[in-house]
This record gives sequence, C-alpha cells and structure tokens, in this order.
Amino acid sequence: MQFADAVTAWSWNPLADIRQMWAFPFMVNAFRAGTIVAVLAGVIGWYMVLRRQSFAGHTLSTVAFPGAAGATLIGVGAVYGYFAFCVGAALVVAAVPRIGHEAGGEETAVTGTVQAFLLACGFLFVALYKGFLGGVNSLLFGSFLGITTTQVDVLAAVAVPVLLIVAAIGRPLLFASLDPAVAAARGVPVRPLSVVFLVLLGAATAATSQITGSLLVFALMVMPAATAQNLTARPALSIALSVTLAVLVTWTSLTIAYYSPYPIGFWVTTCAFACYLASWAVRLARGSLGRARWYGAGARVPLEVS
Amino acid sequence: MTGVGLALPGALGHPFFLHAVLAGAAIAAASGMIGYFLVLRAQVFTGDALGHAAFTGALAALADGVDLRLGLFAATVVIALLLGALGRSGRADDIAIGSVFAWITGLGAFFLTMYATSGGADNAGAGVRVLFGSIFGLSAKQAVTAAVVAAAVCGAVLAVFRPLLFASVDPAVAAARGVPVRVLGFVFLALVGVTAGEATQAVGSLLLLGLLAAPAGTAQRLTDNPARAFVLSAVLAVADMWGGLAASYALPSMPPSFAVVALATALYAAAFAVGPYRRRTAASRAG
Repeated sequence: MQFADAVTAWSWNPLADIRQMWAFPFMVNAFRAGTIVAVLAGVIGWYMVLRRQSFAGHTLSTVAFPGAAGATLIGVGAVYGYFAFCVGAALVVAAVPRIGHEAGGEETAVTGTVQAFLLACGFLFVALYKGFLGGVNSLLFGSFLGITTTQVDVLAAVAVPVLLIVAAIGRPLLFASLDPAVAAARGVPVRPLSVVFLVLLGAATAATSQITGSLLVFALMVMPAATAQNLTARPALSIALSVTLAVLVTWTSLTIAYYSPYPIGFWVTTCAFACYLASWAVRLARGSLGRARWYGAGARVPLEVS
Repeated sequence: MTGVGLALPGALGHPFFLHAVLAGAAIAAASGMIGYFLVLRAQVFTGDALGHAAFTGALAALADGVDLRLGLFAATVVIALLLGALGRSGRADDIAIGSVFAWITGLGAFFLTMYATSGGADNAGAGVRVLFGSIFGLSAKQAVTAAVVAAAVCGAVLAVFRPLLFASVDPAVAAARGVPVRVLGFVFLALVGVTAGEATQAVGSLLLLGLLAAPAGTAQRLTDNPARAFVLSAVLAVADMWGGLAASYALPSMPPSFAVVALATALYAAAFAVGPYRRRTAASRAG
C-alpha cells in the first residue's frame, strides 16, 4: 500500500510505466494471479447472476474470512484456508438447498445469524493470532502485495479444472439455469448440476477473495457479469464480455493501486461499479429508442425496468 | 459513574466494564426490539446493508476529523430511509442492491486507508474497531450517550408497538383500518438506522446482524404470542450481551463481540433443538 512513496509516480508514458511496474516480481505475480482470478470470476459469476444465486455467493464469500484467518492461525497458507472453507461451505449450501434463497423472516434470521457468527469466528482467529491487525484489512478488502509464485500456481491449478468443467457442462447448465422444469423434463440432471455448480462457485469465490478481499467479492463476480447481461442477451457473447470486463477491471485496478496509496479492493469495486452504471445508461438509452429486441430475454436480465 | 464503579465488587469495579455493561444493556434491548420487527417483516438484510453503510459512514467521519458517531448515525439513517424509498416502488433487485453495497464497502476501505495513512498505528486499528466493535473502549460519556439514544429507540418502538405490529403482519388490512402503514415503515427504518449505529459501537458493523437477528429469531421460535416474543427478544439480547461481556472478561483473549455473537448463535441453535416451532401461517407465508 505504501509503495507510492517508494516508486516514481505515474509518468503518462504507458510503456515506461508498465515496464517499471513489472520490474517488481510481486507486481508480475499480482498481474498473473489477477488475470487467472478475473477469468474465473467472469465465467462463474456470469452463471451465478443468471441463476440469481448472488446471495449464495455472498454467503460463501463471508466464509472466506474465517477460512483465511483460521489457516493463518494454525500456520497453513491462507490460500488453503480459502479453498477449504469456501468449497466446504458450498457443499453445506448444496445439502440445505433453501439456504441459497432469500425467503421468509425466519430464514433470513438464520442466514443473518450464520453470517455474523462466521465473521465473528474470523475475528476470534485474528484476535488469537496476535499482531495481525493490518492483515485483517487485507483479508477483508483485498491486497495484491506479496502474492507468491506458489500462490499463482495454486490458483492456476484450481482455475484450469474449474474452467474445463464449466466448458464440459456449460450447455446443460445454461439450459437448467434458464428453465429448470423444462430441462428436467428433457432429461437434464438439474439437481446434480446445481451441486456441481455450487462447488465451482465455492472455488471461484475463494480465488476471488484473495484479490478483492472477502467483503468485496461482489465486485469481480457480480458486477462484470451483470454489466454483460445488461448489454447483450446472447449467452456466448455475454460470457466473453463478462470475462473481458473482469480482466480489464482487474488490470486497471492493479495499475491504479500500484500508483496510489488506496487498497485494490476499493479500485476494483469502483471500476466495476462504473461499468455497471454505464451499462444501465446504455440500456436505458436503448430502451428510450424503442429497440426492445436488444434485450429479448427480458425476464432473465438482472433488473427489469420498472 | 466511576465513583459508583469503585464501590462495586468484582468485574463491575472496573469502570470500563461497568460502562460496557450499562451501554451494552441499552443497546442490546434496542437491538432485540428492533430485531423482532425486522424478522417479522423479513427485512433482516436491511440490517446487513446498514452494517456496510455504518462502516463507511464512521470511517468517512474519522477521515474528515469529525466525531465517528456523527458519520455513523448520518449514514445509517439516510441509507435506511433511502432503502425504504427504493424498496416500495417495485421489488428492489438483489444484484443492484448487492452491487451498490459492495461499492459502498469499497468506499469504506478507501476512507480507512485515508485515515490510517494520516495518523499513527492507532489509526490503523480504527477499521477493525468499527468492523468488530470495541465496547470495552467506551468512555463514560460515550456510554451514557449510547445508553440514552438506545433508551429513546426502545421508547419509540414501544410507543408505536401496536400499529407497527398490525402494519407488519397484515399491511393491507392495517391500511384499510386507517393505520398509516407507509409512514410507519419509514419511522421503523429510521429506528433501524439508529439501532445499527448503536450496535456498531457495541459489536461492530459486521457483527450487528447477529445481535439483530439471533435473539429475535430465537424468541419467535419459542413463542407465537407477539407481545411475549417481543419482550423475550429484548431480554435474550440483553442476556447475550451480558453473558458475552462476562465470558470475555473471564477469558481476555476472547473479544467481547465474538462472545456476544457466539452466545446469541448458540441460544438460537438451542431454540431449534428444543422449541416446538409453531409457524405463524400469516406472517411466514406472506412472501
């Protein structure tokens, strides 16, 4: 965070700036890790928004904090804590399917209590592991400093199988997400698909938490996907757009964060949120021009114009 | 207050603990009462959203050099009323709301860095104190202010208890009978905002959801009678608070906010185990 003092300022010569930034191995690792995470978040986030499971994603990202803090406490790398807790929590959510949905008063009370308890556990781990106070902020709001080559390798080792699985089940998953009843009638295994997807979601949330921090996972997983779905209703184009936006947001944020004292989580949310707002402006402009066909799948795009 | 404290035996002899017990009780009672209606109205996630707003408001105030509580209450009450205004016109979308609150939290991280880099090591801990509370750090004056504000919230909830209950259980019939449902909704949200600001001082903006949701959920599991559940929710919240404070005093390595939330969660889990839950057909099926 304090690197702005140590390095020369932004010089408006992009080539020189990038060369200077990449002279530091930790920045190269940050870009590698950020790109892997952005691709993963762009793809999985797109399905998550389509399936309206952003709430499950929110719960899983809450779990990431005690996971990382607990792993640090017992002396294992935080990266393993992220994956163990998030994938474990995804299996729990899958086993109790109603957790994933917002419903009556009692269910929201249960979910709220569970979330608060998990965060409290994270805080307990942090308190037990003394002298970790600065670390809390980077666990919650993200950090790009000190990403090791091992960490990049672990992220890649998780991302590749996850993306391969998505490629394999992409079409039936799309079908099952858009119309579960018809998909089930046509012989698509809707329930197993939703379990597999939740596990993939857990892995993607764990990976994203490491860049954006566990409180700001929405920034990379939801906003680029929601932006893409606002702009086009064609699935393949929309996924590609979501990934592109996530990667661009990550690269821009890493660059700004390198030259500024503020945490990367703030820049990622701000860039992604700006894209999201812009997509709304585009959508409203198209709507006023009467080109409703652009979002023909109106029931499935994130928000309905009211 | 300090003089009284010195005359008391044991843990209460420490002024910081006495302040925590007094302010904590008032804050917990207000949270229990407000939480009851939050659960009844299925608006628990308003509490979640207000937690994020509280964090950003408090740190913006700190970064600006004003009293933390000013930003805290301004942010929670304004955002609560804003949510009320948005929520009624069409069902607000979880993606839009989630995106806005992720950005607000990101803004909080921005103010945190701004504040932390402007001062010493003490400033760097401000984020943790706001997020996870620092009830043992309350001064006598802060404790009295917190207790008075919390007592005022309790009084206001009691004053509107009957019409608010009617409007929460069956808004359509209540409106037909002349209850000002919409105005009550805004009054309630403003009270939620104030309570969120209060609870942030006790258990922190990330954990206030536990203090709002768990006692209320426990109470509604144990009884169907609204008045009884309302009272039980407030009593449970105070018991959670005092139990948590005592546990944290006995085991200093355990932070008080963890102890409070853990106790509330444990009681809720126990209520699931023992309480024969008789589901209120009207309220729970409304969604």
